[in-house]
Amino acid sequence: MTFYLALSVLLFCVGLAGVLARRHAIMALIGIELMLNAANINFIAFWRHSSAADDLSGMFWMIFSVAIAAAEAAVGLALVILVFRHRRSVRLDELESLKG
Amino acid sequence: MTGVLDILWLIPALPLLVSAILSLTPARVKGGAAPLSIGALGLGFLIACAALAEAVSDPGQVRAHNFTWFEFGSSAVKIGWVLDPLSALMLVMVTFVAGWIFVFSIGYMSHDENFTRFYCFLSLFTSAMLGVVMSNSLLMLFACWEVMGLASYLLIGFWHHRPSAAAAARKAFIYTRIGDIGFLLGMLWLYAETGTLLLYDNGAGCLEANALTQLAGAAISTGMAASTGIALLLFCGAIGKSGQIPLHVWLPDAMEGPTPVSALIHAATMVAAGVFLMARIHPLSTATASAKPIVTATAPANATAQSAQPAVRMEAAPKSQAHAEAAAKPTEAGGDSTSSPTLTLNVMAWVGALTALLASLVAVAQYDIKRILAYSTVSQLGFMFLGLATGGPAVGVFHLLTHAFFKALLFLGAGSVIHGCHEEQDIRRMGGLWRRMPATFGTYAVGMMALSGVPLLFSGFWSKDEILHSALAWSGSKWPFALGLVAAVATAFYMTRQMAYVFFGPHRGHPAMYEQGHRIPVTQPHESPMVMTLPLGVLAACAILLTVVGTPMWPWLHSVLSGHAPEVRREVSVGVLFAMLISILAAGTGFTAGWICYMRRRASGFNDGDPLQTRIPSIWRCLESRGWIDELYKMSFGIWTAAAGRFCDWLDRIVLGGGVRMIQNAALATAWMGRLWDEFFLNGGFARGCEQTRNSADRASLVQNGQIQRYLRILAGALALVALWIIWK
Repeated sequence: MTFYLALSVLLFCVGLAGVLARRHAIMALIGIELMLNAANINFIAFWRHSSAADDLSGMFWMIFSVAIAAAEAAVGLALVILVFRHRRSVRLDELESLKG
Repeated sequence: MTGVLDILWLIPALPLLVSAILSLTPARVKGGAAPLSIGALGLGFLIACAALAEAVSDPGQVRAHNFTWFEFGSSAVKIGWVLDPLSALMLVMVTFVAGWIFVFSIGYMSHDENFTRFYCFLSLFTSAMLGVVMSNSLLMLFACWEVMGLASYLLIGFWHHRPSAAAAARKAFIYTRIGDIGFLLGMLWLYAETGTLLLYDNGAGCLEANALTQLAGAAISTGMAASTGIALLLFCGAIGKSGQIPLHVWLPDAMEGPTPVSALIHAATMVAAGVFLMARIHPLSTATASAKPIVTATAPANATAQSAQPAVRMEAAPKSQAHAEAAAKPTEAGGDSTSSPTLTLNVMAWVGALTALLASLVAVAQYDIKRILAYSTVSQLGFMFLGLATGGPAVGVFHLLTHAFFKALLFLGAGSVIHGCHEEQDIRRMGGLWRRMPATFGTYAVGMMALSGVPLLFSGFWSKDEILHSALAWSGSKWPFALGLVAAVATAFYMTRQMAYVFFGPHRGHPAMYEQGHRIPVTQPHESPMVMTLPLGVLAACAILLTVVGTPMWPWLHSVLSGHAPEVRREVSVGVLFAMLISILAAGTGFTAGWICYMRRRASGFNDGDPLQTRIPSIWRCLESRGWIDELYKMSFGIWTAAAGRFCDWLDRIVLGGGVRMIQNAALATAWMGRLWDEFFLNGGFARGCEQTRNSADRASLVQNGQIQRYLRILAGALALVALWIIWK
């Protein structure tokens, strides 16, 4: 149990670091995927070691989560492509039109 | 057997739909307009025929279909439609005549660029008329009546680029509106008295026994029964719509519209609506406190010949009985119930007879071919009201039906003549057309003979004869009969004059133009195309064939309209023969006089004076200028209205305008004060505040550099802080 949680925390931190530090949008996306998968590991871990391990609820939650992650990745990639077409660049530090 | 009743609403709905479609059609699309309109009317005609067959199968029964339109509070406004012989006959007539007028218009309007718009208006007009005819509620009738007023305005002013057409449209609209105020008031009064505007509603309608007794019993302060007052007010509406004296002046001016419109307005629809209204509410105008509303016909001795007129049952009740009843209820009835015809009927008969006489005399002295016909229409409408008042609905409506056919025929014939003579309307410029336009001439002659009452063969003779007969047998005054008789003579006279001018003698058109130096290329008058002569032929045939339904030997129409099964009568009484003799004599006199004046000495040139003009110039001048009635109105109402307008203008400019200007100046002064205060006191503080806000915002916005990762870092830091706080706790 502790091992699973430690793996999950590690994965989450790696993903978070990637999102926060990488300048490339696709790399940031990969970081997000890592964070999502860390959450999925948590789902499975808590489900396996809970009292309700007989039903498949945790598994279903995870499958849902993966499906949503896939969809989110598709949307994210599409956004990246559009941004690239629009600005000829996907470097996140150059995207600052939200500046106040 | 309720099948026809259920789809009766389709008859007006179809033309309405067509008109809606056409109103959305661009003007350049001309193909579909005529077939669509005619198809809708044709379908309506078939339904109307089925309805007529059903109505006639049991003429005494009134079938009505009512439904609730809307409710407010506890009272509901109901409308509906009705199927009885009267409405069924009118439906058949209107769809038939209007259908042929539509066909005629294909030819007549073919060169007009607003062809589609024309058919749109025509359909709207016909739809409104059909709605009037079949509605079972005065409210719905009034609504359709007003739609018809609007459509007539649009149609009379169809060529609105002509100032005279625009003026005529306005005149028609305003004059009919004057009558409509009476209609509206009568309707409101009726609603106040009975609480319903439905005509037939299983005993609860306002034309049925209960309501009639109640209305006849309810007296207002002057001693007049409520039913009389209401009927008179409704008659005002009919006067306006049907062009009776004193509101007749719009009708001749309505000739400014295209000729098919004149035919439609003057034959099948608009003017017939007034007569129809009075026929519809006839029970109301005959209701007296003394007579039970439903009395089986107790025909007096002098009316045995036409005992199939139970419609005269109430006013023809023996005098002694009326006296006795009136004496029994002295408080309830004023002067009108002591003599046999009610006040309403008296007014109707007098108005009708006077109109018939004056209009027919004026028609003698007109030169515009359509204007002659217009005055003839006014005169014939007067006959119809005379018939309604003296003989009941059957007599008036029979003339209405026959008149619809032959007057439509005459107007379309006139349209054909005008078309053939290249938009010439002055009969002094015509002449000799019988050789060049044989088809038009033949049909026009049929219409002319029907109108002036040539005996035995033509429908107009029978209907007019019936009116004269019932006027002769009327228990009121004999004067309306005498006036009608003179009008009948004048009718034959002016029609002979018109025929002589238009179709006989030398052609006078183009030489006169040459004299005036016109350079118009000379083309001879020509016969109109098939699409215009065919309707003429059909209507001419109907003008003759319609005879069969109304002769004294087989008074089918009469029986059906008064709710009896038709029967054949073998013997004809002396009274009828006498009346026939009189009306034959009247027509003969008119013809002979016309012949002597116009056929023997034919006018040879445009400037030849009318034979009557040279003989009795003073009367002629009066008639030619139409009795100076327009001028009279201009001098009386016109001046007052103009003065009132000028007074209002003055009031507006000086009094109200001055007040407005004062308020305006005060407001301006206040605004200046406010502005000074704002600029010198408020603005200083406000500007300072704005600057402060801007500065702090600038500082705050330094955090926002727009980079997503800066935001995420802050987010992650916050998350870490929250996590630490949770763990630490």
